[in-house]
Amino acid sequence: MKFFDRIKEGLKKTRERLRSGLASLFRLRRPIDPQVLEELEEILYSADVGGEEVARVMERLQAAHREKRMEDTDQLLGRLKEELKVGLQGMDSGLRWSAAPPTVLLVVGVNGSGKTTTIAKLGKRFQDEGKKVVFAACDTFRAAAMEQLQIWADRLGIDLVHHQQGADPASVAFDAVQAALSRKTDVLIIDTAGRLHTKDHLMRELDKVVRVVKKKLPDAPHETLLVLDATTGQNALTQAKTFREMIGLTGVVMAKLDGTAKGGIVFAIYNQLQVPVKFVGLGEKMEDLEAFDPAAFVEGMFGE
Amino acid sequence: MFEAITQSFSKVFSGLLQRHRLTDENIDEALKEVRTALLAADVNFRVVRQFIDNVRLKAVGQTLIQNVRPGEQVIKVVHDELIELMGPKHSPLEFSTEGPTVIMMCGLQGSGKTTTCGKLALRLKGQGRHPLLVAADIQRPAAVRQLQVLGEQISVPVHANTNGTAPPGICQEALTKAKGDGKDVVILDTAGRLHIDDPLMKELEEIARVTRPHQILLVCDAMLGQDAVNSAKSFNERLAIHGLILTKMDGDARGGAALSIKQVTGKPIKFIGVGEKIEDIEVFHPDRLVSRMLGMGDIVSLVEKAQATVDQAVAIKLQKKLMDNRVTLQDLLVQLEQVERMGPLKDILSMIPGMNSLMQQQDFDEGELGRFKGIIHSMTKQERLHPEIIDGSRRRRIAQGSGTSLQEVNQLLKEYQMMRKMLGGLLKKGPLNPMALLRGEVPMKGKTHEKTRAMLREERKRRKKKRHR
Ligand SMILES: Nc1nc2c(ncn2[C@@H]2O[C@H](COP(=O)(O)OP(=O)(O)OP(=O)(O)O)[C@@H](O)[C@H]2O)c(=O)[nH]1
Ligand SMILES: [Mg+2]
Repeated sequence: MKFFDRIKEGLKKTRERLRSGLASLFRLRRPIDPQVLEELEEILYSADVGGEEVARVMERLQAAHREKRMEDTDQLLGRLKEELKVGLQGMDSGLRWSAAPPTVLLVVGVNGSGKTTTIAKLGKRFQDEGKKVVFAACDTFRAAAMEQLQIWADRLGIDLVHHQQGADPASVAFDAVQAALSRKTDVLIIDTAGRLHTKDHLMRELDKVVRVVKKKLPDAPHETLLVLDATTGQNALTQAKTFREMIGLTGVVMAKLDGTAKGGIVFAIYNQLQVPVKFVGLGEKMEDLEAFDPAAFVEGMFGE
Repeated sequence: MFEAITQSFSKVFSGLLQRHRLTDENIDEALKEVRTALLAADVNFRVVRQFIDNVRLKAVGQTLIQNVRPGEQVIKVVHDELIELMGPKHSPLEFSTEGPTVIMMCGLQGSGKTTTCGKLALRLKGQGRHPLLVAADIQRPAAVRQLQVLGEQISVPVHANTNGTAPPGICQEALTKAKGDGKDVVILDTAGRLHIDDPLMKELEEIARVTRPHQILLVCDAMLGQDAVNSAKSFNERLAIHGLILTKMDGDARGGAALSIKQVTGKPIKFIGVGEKIEDIEVFHPDRLVSRMLGMGDIVSLVEKAQATVDQAVAIKLQKKLMDNRVTLQDLLVQLEQVERMGPLKDILSMIPGMNSLMQQQDFDEGELGRFKGIIHSMTKQERLHPEIIDGSRRRRIAQGSGTSLQEVNQLLKEYQMMRKMLGGLLKKGPLNPMALLRGEVPMKGKTHEKTRAMLREERKRRKKKRHR
């Protein structure tokens, strides 16, 4: 199934709900008045788009309205989508591959956002592309985190590098890079413990993982992906900001978009931080991952 | 974690307080700011709208009341409304009088159910109960193992069954087992699921049907956004939950979703999770939350605010002492020295609830502060820690050593005693009355806050511009 269809399917319920909002706004074609614009603003808020981005979009729509470039709600919907797409313009969602293998992906995020599951999904994806993959279990903190990744690795037939519970994550990463090099793997994906971005010592721990990886492979990690939970509100922007400052980010994975949350925070993350969204998670199974497609995302949010 | 929302409110209210009269127009403006703050804090827009409407209704009729500052009136309304939304005072878990109490956890994926099960089990164990944990999440890889590890850590037995029995069956088994083993609490850890996943929601209904839980608790992530209302509503509609647990409160999310969820379910927030460690669970205090949201802090948030400028370790110690009313002259000295680095003392003191009235009475001057410092410097360590030992001859010695008069030494000691008495009084009264603290109390003056004020100016300009787009 393609991204668009999946999103559509996954968000069917959302859209029913949304449509009840959108419907009253767009089903009956009516002239644009302050009431219509206010309703529109609330729809944007309800998608977690957030104050600044809502203001930006509304400003553009109001200008268009003032200049009589659109008159009724039909045109408004078209323009709204257009503006949102403009907000994601130029986003490069491709992965950065290392010239010489292995390409190293570091996966980070707050507790429970969907990191480990995303890693399983990525592993499957790369495997399907004919690549050899290794996982590194650098979450040595959470109970049974290693076992969780082990189960996915077994299901996929992917090698897992791990130490004991409580081991230094950086040393696991070091060994994993070593293993990836000697086993001539194409991709090494590093799972890390969930951590709130506010915890300095945990952020430093992550930085140490990065430094240790760099010691072996100066270019690595080639991708540092922040996994965000789509149900998260405005704090997602703060998370992205802090993780980017502390360890640098090359992209975001928006997990759990199969629910009713719409993940509208991606606009702010892209506009304010220039961090692109690379994948979206659409379920709990290993095939439930899609490359991010801005146009499809916007259509999936608001369109038919 | 509610610091950000607190800050936003401070901005709004400091603006309000500066005005002499509250006109219809500036109620409007203030409410707009409140709206922006609430939306930025992830409060659902419908909840926000309702909130604003209520406040407006109540505030507009009141604008002409005499002898009350107009700003205070709006704040009072906002405050009361928020308290109403955050709902009743702490609502404890209810236990069965007969047979084991069944507590069922449910929630979205990744909300923190398993960890919370462990935390709750430890807490209840500490209260002399005998919990049994039940691993009913057979969906997520190694979820059973995770609960088992937690169980081992806290020496609480875990019932698991990985032979293909469905979760309702597992829970039923566990109940029988608990009865046989004389357990008095059974905590069911269910798999995370989407509220729109009908088969899995049916499974939860089935678990509830066969185990008849005394408490069904929805575990919610404090970082949730606008969609929180949808998921919470569905869980509540299908399971008739009894309460909420808010997790990951140790982060910096503004936590407005708590308000939305509370509003849409009408169910109380029972506990909050404040860390990854198994003991990191606390009882939820709506009143504390609201006063924090209003930026008129209790002592805890006072110290948090001060942390930005005050040395953190010292602040933490002071917080403890403030709470126990054990502030010594030595502490006072440390504070005075920090104050010198920070700017006028008045500003710092104004951050301490109740200090404000003291300041009005006494009108501090900075020269006096230097004197105070000199006096304390002339005391021995023992004297600083135990001022009660300072008798007449010691007073004379201190006065001489510091080049001050006996009267001045007496005055310092008297004020120190007054401060302690006042703090004691404040603490006894329980949650501090924001109205009292509000009277001109917003700490927005002086060098210390120059940066904040500059930020605020910027922010206001930006918002104004936005409004007139
Ligand atoms: N519906 C849905 N659930 C997801 C998705 N991605 C992950 N999950 C679920 O979210 C929960 C947490 O996922 P994990 O992958 O364990 O998250 P994590 O970030 O590794 O968690 P920690 O390591 O504990 O911080 C699990 O129940 C997953 O099945 C998604 O795209 N959609
Ligand atoms: Mg994980």
